[in-house]
This record gives sequence, structure tokens and C-alpha cells, in this order.
Amino acid sequence: MSDTSSVALDTDQSFSRSAGKQLLIYAGYGFVFIVALFYFLSVAATQVGGAAGGGAINFEENSITIALRQEPPQLDHTRASDAVSFTVLTHTMEGLLGYDNDNQLTPGVAERWEIREDGATFWLRDNALWSDGQPITAHDFVFGWRKVLDPATASIYAFIMYPIENAEAINSGELPPETLGVRAISDSVLEVSFEQPTPYFEKLVAFQTFYPVRQDFFESTNGRYGADADQLLYNGPYVITEWVHSASMRWEKNPNYWNKNNVGLIDTIEVAYITEDVNAKLNLFKDGQIPNTQLVASMLDSAMEQRWNIDRFMEGSIFWVVSNFREERLTNNYNLRRALQLSVDPVEFVYKVLKEPGYMPGTSMFPYWIKGAENLFRQEHPPIEHVPNEELARQHLEMAKQELQLDEFPPLVMLADDSPVGNMTTEYLQAQFSEKLGLEIRIDKQIFKQRLLKANAGDFDILVNGWSPDYDDILTFGDYFASWNLNNRGRYNNSELDRNVRIGQTSLDQNERMAAFAEVQRITYEDAVVIPLYERGWSFVVDPRLKGFKRRVIGPEVDYRFAYIDRNGSSAD
Amino acid sequence: MWTYSIKRVIQGIITVWFIATATFFAMHSVPGDPLLNDRAMSPEIRANLEAKYGLDQPLLTQYVVYMTNLVRGDLGISFVHENQSVNDIISERFPVSAILGILALFIAAIGGVIWGALTALYRNQLPDYIIMFLVILGISVPSFVVAALSQLFLVNVNELAGRTLLPVAGWGSVLHLLVPALVLGLSTMAYLTRLMRSSMLEITNSDFIRTAKAKGLPPARIFTRHQLRNAILPVVTVLGPQVAIITTGGFVVEIVFAIPGLGRFFVEAVQQLDYTVIMGTTVFYGAFLVVMVILVDLIYGYIDPRIKLEQ
Amino acid sequence: MTDYADQTSSFNATDFEALERSQDVNVISRPSLSYWQDAWIRLKANKRAITSLYIIVFLLLFTIVGPWVWRIDPAIQDLDQISQPPGTDRSALIVESYVAWDGETDVGNGLRVIGDPNSQAVRLAWDALENANGHRLYRNRFPVGEEMAFGIPLAEYFDNNIVTHEDRLDVRPDTYFYSVVALDDRGQVTDNFQTIEVEVERVTTLAEARERGLVDEGSPLQVGDSINLEAHPLGTDYLGRDMLARLMAGARVSLFIGIGAPTLFVLFGVVFGSVAGFMGGRVDQFMMRFADFVVALPFLLFMILFKIAFGIGPGESGVLPMLIALVVLMWPATARLVRGQIIQIREQGYIEASKLLGASTPYLVLRHMLPNTIGVVLVTLTFEIPRVIFVEAFLSFIGMGVAPPTPSWGSMSNEGIRTMLITPHELIFPALIISITVLAFNLLGDGLRDALDARMRNQE
Repeated sequence: MSDTSSVALDTDQSFSRSAGKQLLIYAGYGFVFIVALFYFLSVAATQVGGAAGGGAINFEENSITIALRQEPPQLDHTRASDAVSFTVLTHTMEGLLGYDNDNQLTPGVAERWEIREDGATFWLRDNALWSDGQPITAHDFVFGWRKVLDPATASIYAFIMYPIENAEAINSGELPPETLGVRAISDSVLEVSFEQPTPYFEKLVAFQTFYPVRQDFFESTNGRYGADADQLLYNGPYVITEWVHSASMRWEKNPNYWNKNNVGLIDTIEVAYITEDVNAKLNLFKDGQIPNTQLVASMLDSAMEQRWNIDRFMEGSIFWVVSNFREERLTNNYNLRRALQLSVDPVEFVYKVLKEPGYMPGTSMFPYWIKGAENLFRQEHPPIEHVPNEELARQHLEMAKQELQLDEFPPLVMLADDSPVGNMTTEYLQAQFSEKLGLEIRIDKQIFKQRLLKANAGDFDILVNGWSPDYDDILTFGDYFASWNLNNRGRYNNSELDRNVRIGQTSLDQNERMAAFAEVQRITYEDAVVIPLYERGWSFVVDPRLKGFKRRVIGPEVDYRFAYIDRNGSSAD
Repeated sequence: MWTYSIKRVIQGIITVWFIATATFFAMHSVPGDPLLNDRAMSPEIRANLEAKYGLDQPLLTQYVVYMTNLVRGDLGISFVHENQSVNDIISERFPVSAILGILALFIAAIGGVIWGALTALYRNQLPDYIIMFLVILGISVPSFVVAALSQLFLVNVNELAGRTLLPVAGWGSVLHLLVPALVLGLSTMAYLTRLMRSSMLEITNSDFIRTAKAKGLPPARIFTRHQLRNAILPVVTVLGPQVAIITTGGFVVEIVFAIPGLGRFFVEAVQQLDYTVIMGTTVFYGAFLVVMVILVDLIYGYIDPRIKLEQ
Repeated sequence: MTDYADQTSSFNATDFEALERSQDVNVISRPSLSYWQDAWIRLKANKRAITSLYIIVFLLLFTIVGPWVWRIDPAIQDLDQISQPPGTDRSALIVESYVAWDGETDVGNGLRVIGDPNSQAVRLAWDALENANGHRLYRNRFPVGEEMAFGIPLAEYFDNNIVTHEDRLDVRPDTYFYSVVALDDRGQVTDNFQTIEVEVERVTTLAEARERGLVDEGSPLQVGDSINLEAHPLGTDYLGRDMLARLMAGARVSLFIGIGAPTLFVLFGVVFGSVAGFMGGRVDQFMMRFADFVVALPFLLFMILFKIAFGIGPGESGVLPMLIALVVLMWPATARLVRGQIIQIREQGYIEASKLLGASTPYLVLRHMLPNTIGVVLVTLTFEIPRVIFVEAFLSFIGMGVAPPTPSWGSMSNEGIRTMLITPHELIFPALIISITVLAFNLLGDGLRDALDARMRNQE
């Protein structure tokens, strides 16, 4: 073809020119078409996805726009088990008792209460109303609690009610729900009897699972209770007026809430973004679309550059390495466990590898914020100081080798979650054990539910996991390694520890309880049951115009109930 | 024509059945347990949950039940989002993915045709080099990198402008759609540009164009009637499979831009081992793709008389 | 007519003698080229394709020979150099080993540094601030300024008696501004604060230097001397692992999957397609319908499904399940292509001729049919490789790919994207190498197609 093109170069150029012109016209059509399509589809988009918010803070409307980490699976609190559902529920519901902005226990639906050795009595306030204006009665609590324990509900958090008389038997189907030790003496008096003394019961009833449910409304939803905004009845500071699944929610101030003048100061909270991507949230914050966001280590430099006011809080959970104590496992050997324990340096791990300023190196199975009899538990009963010692670790490994009559250790299986921090942890530990002890570690990284399955089946030598508190009492961590606890996935079984946990569960003397848990703390360290790695905490940044916003250990992760907008706060930019 | 269409539809139905079966057995051979939770539960509660989802039945019975429900159009109830049916979940989220996908597809198709024609027209000249360089970038840079960088770019642009010109994430207005759709359509556009270019070049050198030129037809007419029309055909053929790539390729864009679409939800469901949602989504996507491919084939037969559909 | 008659009459005997065999017949004016030689010449003329070929050869060398040249274990964590971009100053002062601080302070006023501030630790002490109900300690890389931006909160002490803090959190050689801020009785930050500027020096200990082989056992190095830490030409990642070594190790996974999987499924596709094409009829119909089913499976969804369905045991990197899934899902395209080719070839005249000459079926297939499809197959292969590399990268990116600590380019990008803003080198290198690889294979594929496919010739 080269002959034609060389001859007809001239005409080719004129051809290109006019063809190009034609193409330009087509491009114009195409552009117009795409713009029209855009317009049409964006109209459609507002129909399907719910509208996005217009800026983080709106003075005129007294409203804010926020992001949630995940979509709540559903908002039936009798079955809720995840942190995001609990966060939403804390804003929309209220239990007998609650927590104020300084994390102190305060009256909720109950005006006053009394805890005895064999039970408790709650006197309900008469101005506590449901969002449809009807009063909340003791019957609503009886119905709700029975429903939690009803085996048909299959509530994962049912165990938290086991201190109530007959609760465990009802939950396992041995007794009918009507036999539960909870009675409504009148519309306003609720009487509870205990299975065994439960000194921390007042802290338990602040937990979300103990919220009330009204029978007639529940039955009117035909089993869809909590699935949608209109399938819920609220009694807290906010009501959900709109819920577009996995896209957006709108919480509006509940006009029937008894304490509306002190709690729920912002009129409308728009949940416009549901995303777990911290980078996306950081970008939204920078852009002034949400009033607060979490900062991970890699964002801190630019946060400092932006001159933001960085804040931190301890999230409450603790992450650790637990060993498998089943007979056939090598980790059943004390010396091997001790060797592992001595070769882990949580301080180095947190400060050099994770580099999160919010994290604290683990020193005990009890987090630092756990309350003791008077002060913090760890001030009253300091844990044994952990000094990593490579030399000693190798000696213990040698002893383990002899006891187990092994020439060479077979690879150990380390089970962990498939998450970014999980990866850092396992890779760090793998390198440490291999460098210091010459042990080969096989990382078994699984998605959450597969990890749980394997953990339950005991399919590991060492397990990296975490535990977050359910209620504000030391027992929420204290009974983790009790032989009867199903969460004790390494099946640790030590009668001395069990005895101390029993004391901690039932004793009414706070000093005696704490002394018992100090024993638990000592045993778990000395027997190398658990290697605490870190206590989790976050750095975060809040728009200076938003005041009173809190992140909490117990209760909601993010708490806007006491937040208010300060017009004088300097702008985010 | 009609017999062909009916044949294709029947084939499509069998294909969907095949997908559903494959998904069902793949899903049930997955090690793991959708019912597990961080807080250990007693065997009684477990048994109740198993009964609720029919997991206590033998596998074959479960399969029969699943297929019967599928025929009735019922995809079951989500394990994680209890009280929500998979049908509801899909009907809420798919439109979001679809809107994004349609937009991306049209941007890619129109862009690809125009850029491709342009490069062919100015072959081995500056516009050709520039566009082909961009095309090569579009083909060889992974979409997650493009998505992350473009979001970063948006943030910086907004910061420079001192206000939000384009939202960096989320869903709702026309502006939210723009960048995600562009990012999503980018690699397809690059691919189509290349395809259009080579198909244009092939046509340019063919005899009938030379004849047309020799006849003295006006260049614009030759270009539109003869070249463009013929060159577009191969582009139309690949649109069917490209629909698949774009709709399922939406994961990354949906994750990075916090868009509540079905792709992102699928990844979450996999992480949670939400059996019913995983199966429902896969079957739904499979059926959707089958329909798209059949449609494109029929359209192709309609616009290109050379193709005999009975073949 | 008569003229002709005349001519015929002019033949003589010599005209009917046999000609002498001319030497010229055997001389071929142009060199004889086989199909492959011809293709090779065409390919060589294509500069882009040849450059790509060089790049691919280089990548293979990088993967195979690289680890022999750059003998750093990709799993070794250099915790003194975490997330270091390439070209960072790596000199370090030798100091005594770290000893825990007993909290002893010298007398002084206000916020002050105790001892030498270095990358092991910065020790701070202060006097209780006025009206304070405890203190919070901050670290910043910038002066506090009027925004009252104190920087990163390091710790808070709700006890006025605790007036010391040891900062060991990711201390880098840099200038830091430490501030101590008084808390009010509800634990809230007040605007009563003190601030101090601290210059931090990079240090290491003698024991560490020896252990890492930075100095010989007998060298006269002592505290106060300065040495260079390990070199990392492409920097280090978030665990202080050498990026270059990780890229090489990652190349092994990415290229193994990227080349292994396409080779396998293209082979399978060739067998499947040629059987279908050769048998024809019902068998062909059935086999192709099956291929259609597999094509109809939503690809990425099924990749993810397979990935978790096959499950990976402890310590396995999950390369094998991914390979299997790729082969299971990706063969039909090649099968279709080869079938089409075989059907075309089957109708060709030379096949008929060969049959008439008594060629057996295996001979027909192996001698005539497959060699004639090999060009198409090769081109498909080069185009499938970048596709698979992308799929691997994508799956690793959403966390469904190979398991750590096995690196792959995709998982490295995934890790890098989280720290994109601060240490872009952790994203740029893996992303770049993915792009280059994909580009090289694509351009080589283009070149091969032009060189092998006669129909496409002269297009460019």
C-alpha cells in the first residue's frame, strides 16, 4: 500500500482533515450523550442509594453528617452482637441504667435501683416513653429478656443474662421462658432474682442486650423486628427516620425521650457514608464531609502537617497470643510456652513495628483501664514485669526438647485473622521465633469465620486473637481462661485459676474479688498461658466545631449523644 | 431468527442452572461456618440456628430446596443481615453498581471509538503517539492504583480550590459519579481504543474504501458511512464480555470510593461467609451476564447483515 | 497462419536435444526461510517488541539470578530501618545497649531531656504544671503554633506525681517538638503547656552491629564511633524488610502464577479445542456447550469463591489453589480459538491430500494441524500472561491472594497503598514493576501477532 500513500499524500491530508472534522462532530454528540446520561443516571442514583450529606456540620439545621464503619446487620438488640449495631442502638435505645459522658453509671429508664445478694429491684421512672408516646413498663423488660433467652431467638449474647435465675436452663431449652427470674411487680417495678450472687449486676443491665422490647409492637412486625427503620420502636435520644441499607441512615431527635434536654443535643445526625476504608474516611474528613476520623500510624505525619488537634483513646480491647493446651499439642509443655513468652517483646512490637501511638504494649491479661476496688486494678495489683530474655528462652527450649524427647521441633501452627494488623503480628512473631529460637512457624491466616472454626476445633498451636470487654467489670476479662468458658479456645484447665474466678464471680467483697483476679493475673503469666501483645487504642481527629464527642471503651465506639456544635470553634481547614 | 433466539434462551437457562449448581457445591465445600461468632455459643443455640437455615439437612436435600426456591425467584435470607432477604439486598445494591457500570461502559465505548478513530486517522503522527501512550498506561496500570491515586488527586484539587469541587467518596449526586465512572471505564476504554484503531486501519486499507475514494465520494461520507460503520462492528462484539468485566470489576472502585454497590457487598459477604448472599449474588451476576451476552449477539446479528444468526 | 507453418518447418534435430542442466536453477535469489525464521525476522524489525523481549528476559533474570546476586533474605526484619525510602542516610552512632530507665532525673526546670536523645529512646522529665490534674505528653514535627496543634498524643498521666516519660515510639533521626499539657479535673486538655525542641540521633549498639554482620567480630569499634547500617537500594517496607529482595521474591510468585497458569490452561485449551474440532459433530457440540458454561461463570466472583473453597493450610502460601482456580476458569477462550482453527484447517486441501496418501490421524493432528495453530496459541499465551498477572495482583490486593509472608507484587501494592502518602516507595516499586511486566508482555504479544499472523501483516 506504500505506493498509493506516497502518491496520494496530498489528498490523504485533506481526507484526514475533513474526516477529523466529522469525528469532532461525533465526539460532540458523544459528549452530549454522556452528559445527558450522567444527568439521567444521577437522578436515578438519588433514588436508589440515598442522598449524600452536604458537609460535616450544618449550623442552621443543627445537624452533622457522619460515617459508620459498617452497616449494622440488623437492629434487633436481642440478637445484636457487633460493635456497630451496639453503637447505633446506644443512640436510639436506653436500658434501665446507662453511662454519662464521664463514663459514670447513671439512671436510665430506672429511677433508682437496689442490688441484693439474691436479686435486684428496679423502680422505673413514669416519664420514660416509647417513641410512639406509650409509657415504658416493667413488662417490656420482662418480655425483652425472656426473648433473649428463648432458644428460638438464638441470641449470641444470651450468656450475659446467665446470672439471672434459670436463665441458662431456659437458654438450653430445659425450662420454658416463663420461669425466668424476672417479674413485673407492677408497671413500674421490676424484680430480678439471681442464680448466684452477682455484685456487678448494675453494670450488666447497662448492656445493650438488656434493653426493653414491647410485645405488641414486636408481634406486629411479623419477625422482621429490627430489619428496617419502621420495624423498630425506640426509647433513646434518637429515632431512625430513614435507613437505606448499606448506604445511609438518618437519626432524628426523639421528641418523646424523657431526658431530651441533656442527651441528644444535635437535632439530626446523617449517616451518609458506610465504609471501613480509613483512607477514604480521611479524605472525607479533609474535604469537610465528616466531622471526625480515625488516624492510623501512616497518616500521622500529614496530620501534623495539617496542624490538626490529634486526640487518642483506648478502645478497651486487648490482643494476645494464646497457647493450645490440648494433650496432643506441643504447646501443652510449659517450657516451650515459656520459651515463646520470653522471646516476645511487646514493647518493641508496638513501638517499632505497629507504630500506633494509640496502642499500649501488653503487660497483663487485664487492660490498664479495668477498675479495681478503689483505683485502677493494675495500680492496686501490678502485673509481673515481663523481661524478654533470649538466652533464658533458649534454655527453656532446650528443656522442652528433652521433656518432649524431640531432636528437632516440628513446625508450629500459628492461627490468626486475615487483617492488616493481623498480618503484621504474625509476620513479626514468625520472624522473632525463627531468629531467636530457630523455631519454624507456619502461619495459618484465615478469614474471620474460618479462623473461629479452627480456633474452636483446637486446630492450632498458638492463636493470635483479641478480646474486647462487654461490660464495665473486671470479670469481662477475668473468666476468659476458666475451664468452663467456651471462649477459652486453648482449653486451659487449671483448678487454682478456676477457684479464683469463682471467688471473683460471686464474692460481694470488692477487695477479695480483686485479690482473686490478681491471682488469675499471676497464674496466666507464670504458667505462660497468654502473651499479651498490645492494648488497642486509636488516634483520631475531630472537627474543632464539634464538642463533646467521645469514643468509649464500654458502650458505643463513637458517641454523639452528648455532642454539640460550637459556632466559635475554629474551622477544620 | 425466532428459533435461534429461543434456542439461545434455553441455552441461557441451562447455563444459569449450571452456575447455580457450581456455586452451591463450591460454597458448601468451603471450610468454615457461617454461624460462628466471636462469642462462643452453646450447642443448643447452634442447633436452633442450623434449623433456621436448613443446615441440619443432608446436602442433597439442601440443594433441592435451594433450587426449588431459586425457580420461584427466592434467594433466601442473609446469614449476617438477619431479617433481610437476599432479593432485597440485591435489588437495593445492584442498581447502584448498574448505574456506575452503565456510565462507565458508555464512557468507555464512546471514548474508545472516538480515540481509536482519531489514532487511526492520524496514524504515526503526534495525536496517535499521545493517545497510544495513554492507552498503554491505561492497560498496564492496575485499577486499584488508578483508583487510589485519583482519589488522592481529588483531595488535593479540592484543597487547592479551597472548597469541594468534586466529592472524594460517597454516593448520591452527579458529581459523586464522575470520577468513579471514569476510573472504572478507563481500562475498557484503553482496550477498545486499541481494538478500534486496528479495526479502522484494516478497513482503511481495504478495497472498497479505495473504490469509494476513486469514485470521488466526499471524504466525510467515506469516513462515516464506510469506515466508521464497519470498524465499529468488532467493538460491539466485545461489549458483551466487557459488561462482565465492568460490572464485576466494580469492587475496587466501590471500595475505594465508598460506594454502596453489590461488588463491595459481595467481598464483605465472602469475608463473613454469608452463604446465601454469596450464592445469590453469584447466580444473579451469572444470569445477568448470560442475558447481556445473548442481547449483544442478537444486536450484532441485527446491525451486521453479514452474520447469519442461524449459524 | 502460413507464418506458423513456416516456423514449424524450421525445426531441426538440435532443437529436440535435451538441454544441459543449468546451475542457476538451484541458486535461490533470496534466502530460504522457514515460518519461524520469517517470523523472527519480522519480530526483530519491530523495535517495541524486541525491547519488550529484553525487558522480559531481564525480569526472568531478576527473578532467577537476582536472589543469587542480592543475597538478602526477604524475610529478615531490619527494625532499625522501617519504611525507609531509598537513599536515606544510614549512618548510625554506636552507643551502649538499651537499659530500662529507672526514672531518675537530674534537677532542672520545666520540660527537659534526660540523657542523650537518640533513636533508642528520648527521656523526658518535667515539673507539674500549675493547676494541672495530670498531664498529657505530645510529640510534633512542627512547632506548636497558634492552632495549638501539639502533634501526636503519646501518653497521659492522671497523676501529678508522674513527671517523666520515656518515648520509644518509632523514634527517628529528626527534629521533634515535645509538649506537656496540663489536664483539667475531667481529664480534658487545657491551654496550659510547655514545649521543647529535641534533635534525635540515629544510634545502634555494638552487639547489634556484630550480630547483623555490619562489623567483624574483632574490629576495634567502640561506643562513640559511627558506622553505616545495611544498605537497601530500594528502601525497606513496613517491617523493615528489604524491598529489592522482596520484589525478587514477589516476582517468583507473580511470574510463577503469571506464566505457569496461562501455560497450563492454554495447553489444556489446545487439547480440548483440538479434540472438539477434530471430532466434530455431537462431541464437538457437547464439548463447546460445556466451554460456554464455564465462560458464563462470573470470573472474579468465582476466583474468590475458589480461593476460599480450596482453603489453604497453615504455612502454605496459597499459590497452588490460585493456580488451579485460574486453570479451571480460564481455559475456554483458548479452546474455542483452537477449535476454530482446527475446523478451518481440516477443510484445507493439503489435509485431504495427506489423508489420501494414507496419513494416520495422530500424524495429521501432530504434523499438520497443531503446528498450524501454534502461532495463534503463542499470541494468545502472551496476551493471557498480563491478564493473569493482573488477576493475581487484584486478588492479592483485596486480600484474597497469596498468604504472607510470601510476597507477591499484588500484596506488596496492597500493603503499600495504605502508606501511600508517607512512604510512596512502598507502593510505587511494586506497582511499577507490575505495569512494566504487563506492558512488556502486551507489546511482545502485539509484535508476535504481527509477525506470525499473515492476515495482520502490514497493518503498521
